[in-house]
Amino acid sequence: MNADSQIGDYRTQQTLETFSFLPALTQEEVYEQINYMLAQGLTPAIEHEVPAQAADHYWPMWKLPFFGETELSNVVSELEACHRAYPDHHVRLIGYDSYTQSQGVCFVVYRAKAW
Amino acid sequence: MAKKFDAGVKEYRDLYWAPDYVPLDTDLLACFKVTQQEGVPREEAAAAVAAESSTGTWSTVWSELLTDMEFYKGRAYRIEDVPGDKESFYTFIAYPLDLFEEGSIVNVLTSLVGNVFGFKALRYLRLEDIRFPIAFVKTCMGPPSGIQVERDKLNKYGRPMLGATIKPKLGLSAKNYGRAVYECLRGGLDLTKDDENVNSQPFMRWQNRFEFVAEAVRKAQMETGEVKGHYLNVTANTPEDMYERAEFAKELGQPIIMHDFLTGGFTANTGLAKWCRKNGMLLHIHRAMHAVIDRNPKHGIHFRVLAKCLRLSGGDHLHTGTVVGKLEGDRASTLGFVDLLRESFIPEDRSRGIFFDQDWGSMPGVFAVASGGIHVWHMPALVSIFGDDSILQFGGGTQGHPWGNAAGAAANRVALEACVKARNEGRELEREARDIMEGAASHSPELAIAMETWKEIKFEFDTVDKLDVA
Repeated sequence: MNADSQIGDYRTQQTLETFSFLPALTQEEVYEQINYMLAQGLTPAIEHEVPAQAADHYWPMWKLPFFGETELSNVVSELEACHRAYPDHHVRLIGYDSYTQSQGVCFVVYRAKAW
Repeated sequence: MAKKFDAGVKEYRDLYWAPDYVPLDTDLLACFKVTQQEGVPREEAAAAVAAESSTGTWSTVWSELLTDMEFYKGRAYRIEDVPGDKESFYTFIAYPLDLFEEGSIVNVLTSLVGNVFGFKALRYLRLEDIRFPIAFVKTCMGPPSGIQVERDKLNKYGRPMLGATIKPKLGLSAKNYGRAVYECLRGGLDLTKDDENVNSQPFMRWQNRFEFVAEAVRKAQMETGEVKGHYLNVTANTPEDMYERAEFAKELGQPIIMHDFLTGGFTANTGLAKWCRKNGMLLHIHRAMHAVIDRNPKHGIHFRVLAKCLRLSGGDHLHTGTVVGKLEGDRASTLGFVDLLRESFIPEDRSRGIFFDQDWGSMPGVFAVASGGIHVWHMPALVSIFGDDSILQFGGGTQGHPWGNAAGAAANRVALEACVKARNEGRELEREARDIMEGAASHSPELAIAMETWKEIKFEFDTVDKLDVA
């Protein structure tokens, strides 16, 4: 009987794919991931969407992918601008890989305010 | 001038040993490890392998003169010592492209690993590698979707995917089985898998399993907001049954099915892969029976050949062993055939057991699946060894968690993401494993308990099939 008290209950979570099982990344940790992406030669791109439609493949793009971008600070300011414009949206950062024609990186940087 | 018929038995090496031959780009090349009977010269044994796996037979026959044997025959063109092994040698054989039907792995294997393996002049024979010419590769369909398309469909980027084989592998009712699937998926796994032994037994018929699993997948997907899947095993007694099961999986809106390519056979596998391409279904491939064929270092077929054959026949995932878990697998050799599954050009590299350059052209890549006896403590090594284009499957390592499947799944997911994050930050996963894992566990009680549960388990037996080194 005493064993039962040792067992925890796992509560199902709404999650947002890669890195969503970790605590929200700190600013410094986000910078590290952006640096990794840039070092891999991936093209940064930003997308945002309301939580209710987050399961769709396509989220609206923020501007266009930043082709040729290599500066951390430029990527960061675009992320911040997108978040300011859409505070109630999730904002995710993508690293396009033109060799595999797929995404090498994709994770949510800002989770929507009310989510 | 026309040749004359000269009845009788000739030495194989007169016709099939060709040390001056320069292989053509269109030739199919093979490397065999040969252990001949005592007294048989190497050249004769090598030529015999070339003959018996291509046009030759033990006696000359008059009808040979009706064709141009020079055009069709296989040739042994090189012999090499096997490092660290005095009784065996490698021979390299070139086969003209027209010996094989377009797109038919079955035809290639029937020739190369057919009668020749029972040939009396040889004690043992092992097919080590095949170079498929790009001219042949382009006649094969290959993986129904491939790595990139699967990532796009499942929306999984920048990390390996996580899976688990549902346990106990035999004896659950369909409804209880679906429960186990649901718990794994809601906890954070991307994919779950039918055990290969699960087909359609009296305790759980396939229709019932498919229906309950479909509900489990759908519900977990709705509740988590992430894309989920379960490999529904459609391996069956007849092709008709196999297709019937595949059609039903599709009808239920499931993304992926599974097949056992060696016990089911290459004809069934290639047919199913084509069905998957046509129907937009992903195809997971299990490899039961492989160790019967590939484990003996002197006789049989090396797994890298089976892996290449599977990529040509078609499959989106293939089990490769884990290097670190309970099943056999040398690290360098495993990395060699993992490259053969995923990359588009793989250069010859004897230190990884790769005997030929292999060009796959535009053929899609196959996810490497690491499964068998692995748990959270293996995560840093697995991420480091297999990289992103892999599926890490923790069966007991998920469902053996003291709190159950969902907590076990969450523990694995936290560990995986912590390792990927650390790798991207430039940290050395295997050296800093403890630090990374303990850091991750500090915010995940599920992971902390998993680490406590599995801290003592090790699988440290020596590998039986090693790379040949002096």
